[in-house]
Amino acid sequence: MSATGLTAAQAGLVSCETCNLLTQPVHPERPGHCPRCGAELESRRPRSIQYTWALVIAAAICYIPANLLPVMNTTTLGTTEPDTIMGGVVFLYTSGSWPLALVVLIASVMVPIGKLIALTYLLVTVQRGVQGGTRERTRLYRMVEIIGRWSMLDVFVDTFTVALLQLKPLMSVEPGLGVLFFAAVVVLTMLAAETFDPRLIWDSGTRVEK
Amino acid sequence: MQATVEPAGAMETVACPDCDLLQQIPPLNPSDRARCTRCGHILATAPRDPLDLPLALTFTAAIFLIIANTIPLMGLSVLGLTASTTILGGALEMWQTGEPITAAIVAFCAVIAPALYTVFMLAVLIAARRPPAPHWIGEMLRWALSMQPWSMIEVMMLGILVALIKIAELATVDPGIGMFAVGMLVVLFPAIMVSFDPREVWKRVEWVDGRLHPLSAVRGTPRMEQAQ
Ligand SMILES: [Zn+2]
Repeated sequence: MSATGLTAAQAGLVSCETCNLLTQPVHPERPGHCPRCGAELESRRPRSIQYTWALVIAAAICYIPANLLPVMNTTTLGTTEPDTIMGGVVFLYTSGSWPLALVVLIASVMVPIGKLIALTYLLVTVQRGVQGGTRERTRLYRMVEIIGRWSMLDVFVDTFTVALLQLKPLMSVEPGLGVLFFAAVVVLTMLAAETFDPRLIWDSGTRVEK
Repeated sequence: MQATVEPAGAMETVACPDCDLLQQIPPLNPSDRARCTRCGHILATAPRDPLDLPLALTFTAAIFLIIANTIPLMGLSVLGLTASTTILGGALEMWQTGEPITAAIVAFCAVIAPALYTVFMLAVLIAARRPPAPHWIGEMLRWALSMQPWSMIEVMMLGILVALIKIAELATVDPGIGMFAVGMLVVLFPAIMVSFDPREVWKRVEWVDGRLHPLSAVRGTPRMEQAQ
C-alpha cells in the first residue's frame, strides 16, 4: 500500500465520515455537504473534546448511584430484599456459577470504570498534545468502542429477571433505581466513544481543535 | 462546486477514518483486507459476494427477528404458578413496574435497533442490485450503520442466560422457540457485517449532486476488474 505521508487535513482535503469520499472543499472552514451521500462534512468531529468530556463526567456521576442503589427488589412472601450489582455478582458466585459471576463482574463493574479511565486518559493526552504512543492510544480507543456495549449485560439480566419472576403472591421482583443509572452509564459512555475523534490523537503538535 | 479526488486508475485514495492519513487502496483479491499503514485500521475488505450473500443473510435474519419477537423466549413454572415472556414483554414489565426510561433503552437496544438495521439493510441491498441506486439509499445505509453499535442481540442473549441461571435456583425454566431464534440472530448479525462491503454500495449509488461517479457506472460497462 502506498502512503503519501500527509493527512487529509494537511492536504486541504475532507473525508466524509459516512461514505469515506475524499473531497477538496473550496472553503476548508465550511466544507458543506458530501456530494455523494449528502452527509455534513467535517474535517474533525465538531467540539469533540468538549462533548466527550461532558459525557464522561455525566457517566462518572451516574456510576456512583448505579453501584450503590439496588437494581432489583425481590419480595418473597411479604419480605423485600434489595439487590445491588455487586450483590448479584456475589449471589452468582455463592450459588456455584463462578464463571458467570466473573463475566458479570467484568461486564458490569470493570468495563464501565475501565471505559471512563480510558476516555479520560485519551482526552488528557490529546489536550496536552502528547506525541508518543499514538498507535497504542488508537488501539485503546478501538477497544473502548468494541467492548462498551457489553456493559448493558446487567440491564438485560435485571429486565428478564423482573419479567419472569412475577409469581404473586409467592414471589415478585421489581426493578430498583440503580438499573436506570446503570443503563445511563452505558449509554453515556457509548455516546462519549462516538463523539471522541481518534484523529485528534494523531494531530498533536498541529492542533485543529479550538 | 467541490472538487473530488478522483481515483488514479483502479486505486482509490482514502483518508484513514482513525488517523486521517492519505493512502491508496490497492486492488484487493477476494477475502483480502487493506490496513492503514500507520494505525492498522481496516480500510477495506473484499468479501467474495458483497451484496447477494448479505442480502440472503439479512432476509433470514428478518424472519428470525419476527419469530424472536412474537414467540415467548421461555416459560417458567414453580408450585403450579407459571409465567412466560417475550423480548418486548420484558421491556413492558420494566415500564409497568416504574422504570419507563430503562424500558425504553431495553426496547431500543433489543428490538428497535436490530429491526431498523435489518429493514434499512434490506432496502439498501435490494436497491444496490440494480445500479445506479437512488441517492436516498445512501441515507438508509448511514442509518443502518449508525444502528449497528446499538443493536445488542448477543448481549441480550447472555443477559437472558445469566437471568435463567439465577432463576433456575427457584423454579423450572423451559427455553422456547423464541430463545432459539435469538440464538440464530446472534450468529446472523455478525455474518451480515462480515460479508457486506459498504464500498460496493457507495460505488453504485447515485450522487446527491446528480453526478454519477465513473466507477459507479457499472451498468452497461465492463466491471473494473475485467477492464484492466
Ligand atoms: Zn490510520
